[in-house]
Amino acid sequence: MATSLDNRIHHKRGSRQWFLGHFWTTVTWVIALFLFSPVLWMVITSFKREGSAYTDPPTLIFHPTLNEYSQVFSSGSGAGGAGAPFEHSLVVTVASVALVLLLGIPAAYALSIRPIKRWRDALFFFLATKMLPYVAAIVPIYLIAEHLGLLDNVIALIILYTGFNLPLAVWMIRSFLLEVPREVLEAARIDGAGLRTELMRVIFPMVLPGIAATALICVIFTWNEFFFAYFLTAFNAQTVPVFLSHFQSTEGEYWALLAAAATISCLPVILAGWIAQKQLVRGLSLGALK
Amino acid sequence: MATITLEHVTKVYPNGFEAVHDLNLNVADGEFMVLVGPSGCGKTTALRMVAGLEDITAGSVSIGERVVNDVSPKDRDIAMVFQNYALYPHMTVAENIGFALKLRKVPKEQIKQKVIEAAELLGLTQWVDRKPGQLSGGQRQRVAMGRAIVREPSVFLMDEPLSNLDAKLRVQMRAEISRIQRRLGVATLYVTHDQVEAMTMGDRVAVLSAGRLQQCDTPQNLYDHPTNLFVAGFMGSPAMNLFEAVVAEGATQLFIGSQAITLPSELHAVRPTLKSYAGKSIVVGIRPENLPLTDNARDSESTASPFEGHVELVEALGSELLVHFTTDAHAFEITEVMDSNAAGLADGTLTKGDAGVARVEAHTKIAAGERIRFWLNPERLHYFDRATSELIV
Ligand SMILES: Nc1ncnc2c1ncn2[C@@H]1O[C@H](COP(=O)(O)OP(=O)(O)OP(=O)(O)O)[C@@H](O)[C@H]1O
Ligand SMILES: [Mg+2]
Repeated sequence: MATSLDNRIHHKRGSRQWFLGHFWTTVTWVIALFLFSPVLWMVITSFKREGSAYTDPPTLIFHPTLNEYSQVFSSGSGAGGAGAPFEHSLVVTVASVALVLLLGIPAAYALSIRPIKRWRDALFFFLATKMLPYVAAIVPIYLIAEHLGLLDNVIALIILYTGFNLPLAVWMIRSFLLEVPREVLEAARIDGAGLRTELMRVIFPMVLPGIAATALICVIFTWNEFFFAYFLTAFNAQTVPVFLSHFQSTEGEYWALLAAAATISCLPVILAGWIAQKQLVRGLSLGALK
Repeated sequence: MATITLEHVTKVYPNGFEAVHDLNLNVADGEFMVLVGPSGCGKTTALRMVAGLEDITAGSVSIGERVVNDVSPKDRDIAMVFQNYALYPHMTVAENIGFALKLRKVPKEQIKQKVIEAAELLGLTQWVDRKPGQLSGGQRQRVAMGRAIVREPSVFLMDEPLSNLDAKLRVQMRAEISRIQRRLGVATLYVTHDQVEAMTMGDRVAVLSAGRLQQCDTPQNLYDHPTNLFVAGFMGSPAMNLFEAVVAEGATQLFIGSQAITLPSELHAVRPTLKSYAGKSIVVGIRPENLPLTDNARDSESTASPFEGHVELVEALGSELLVHFTTDAHAFEITEVMDSNAAGLADGTLTKGDAGVARVEAHTKIAAGERIRFWLNPERLHYFDRATSELIV
């Protein structure tokens, strides 16, 4: 008797858990789909022809075509070809993220593993630069760029984005460096490692996941930045977000074309995310200590 | 090949805590020196100063003829085993062990050879391709050990390298380390809090308490002739019995509680200062094995006195019995000196213990509740000044 009762209770609890589990899974999926729906709309629309792109009710059955994709790159379309903006964005992103890492890693090192004097102040200073409202900076930055002859020049964007990303990168990389056990570095020193070896062969491999994560965040920000790019560039340094914005203004609205261009512009970020993800397996310092 | 010399070495941490105070220590070439002491007494700190990982507040450390106070760790030609292993998590066991050799540009083939040898010696052969994260604590510890022994440094520094091994492996590794050290003939500073390790491995043992060197001598001398109460209480397991005792007027007798022990004139010949304690209270130390049940020595004109107690508990260890007994004497236990400003052991560090322990032959018929009579040979006792805690000589 007792056991069958137990079983029943057990069963009941089991089915309740089963129900709850599925309920939350469903809710999660619904929310995720809801959040994803604009992206989905964008991707679907990009395969339509302009005529069926923005109808009411939406066209659900259509012949997918790559027509708009080829349009994006041909200079005859809405805002000129996408080739040049892509190139600019790529140059700006790669250069500024590389610079951020090149400057950020040593800076983070000097603020964590071998802290300089008054490292707290330095750290706060880095953070403080982030407290300035974006918009407040645009006029002085515009004037400086103009003065230096860097208007509509990718170099201006590279410098600007490096400056923007650096504080965040330093903070992030620093927190990863702090996780490197002190004794491991000491062991390396005793094993005969100089500063360079210690950095390249011990510290760097250990914090690689953190650096990958940091780089990814910088890539996403840089690739998508619109505000400064809009004000500081025209044609010679136009980036992808600015290019996309022009679809709506110049010759009316080309929804399918815009969707195709936007879809392409997502690809590099997705690619960067995929590469970084392989590095993002945490727990690399596992096993170093007792 | 080199010596290690510490002269008046003091370490004050930035927070003002003095972890090592005026330490003088000399490790001869090829000598195995064990640094032993309770947790927090400054062993790791001392070792780290020799390694160059910690600034030396005052005094000097020399390796060989060279004062190394300002020499960076990588130029000191030392190998160190860290208390918490400090392995490279992104390298395999083989790479961990071979890293130092690689940095020294030793040919690849030779590195491989040495790594294999070390792995074999340490029983790590089947794990050489694993990363530290996939190893057990004991295996990690052996990797840390391997990293030190593949090199041929002029100095070995080891910080409790066996603490995480099981009993059997520990005994095995103890012998292995001693053998390797002897073969390489490298001066070694070995930290442990395990006194069995200290006794069995050390050519000499330095006992540290609260950052101060208490005594440094061969294991046997430390055991037989502890120069102060701390060393007396720390070395040996079970620990030395410490009783409050009063030297009678004229110093011909010693009262442990109400029981009188005759002090023969021969004793005064070897311990002349004892006379000046007539009428005063001292601490007398008795090793558990110096509490025989029969007066074996009586024939050879010995002066053993009877000493009685009440048996509280008998522990059978197979090879011997541990008899816990009480008397009407005040017993002491040594507690660690935590205050580094206390000069040696003052009164406060002697806490009241409850009983004495005797080590007797395994087949002795004895049971709890009985009275027991030992024979005390006054020449086998250790006499300490209560105020200074120093040995009375
Ligand atoms: N960085 C530091 N700052 C301040 N005090 C410290 C620091 N490192 C250690 N100490 C203190 O110095 C004393 C000695 O520490 P140490 O690590 O040398 O002890 P130990 O003898 O190795 O102990 P254990 O056997 O537990 O490893 C301890 O009381 C510790 O709290
Ligand atoms: Mg320690």
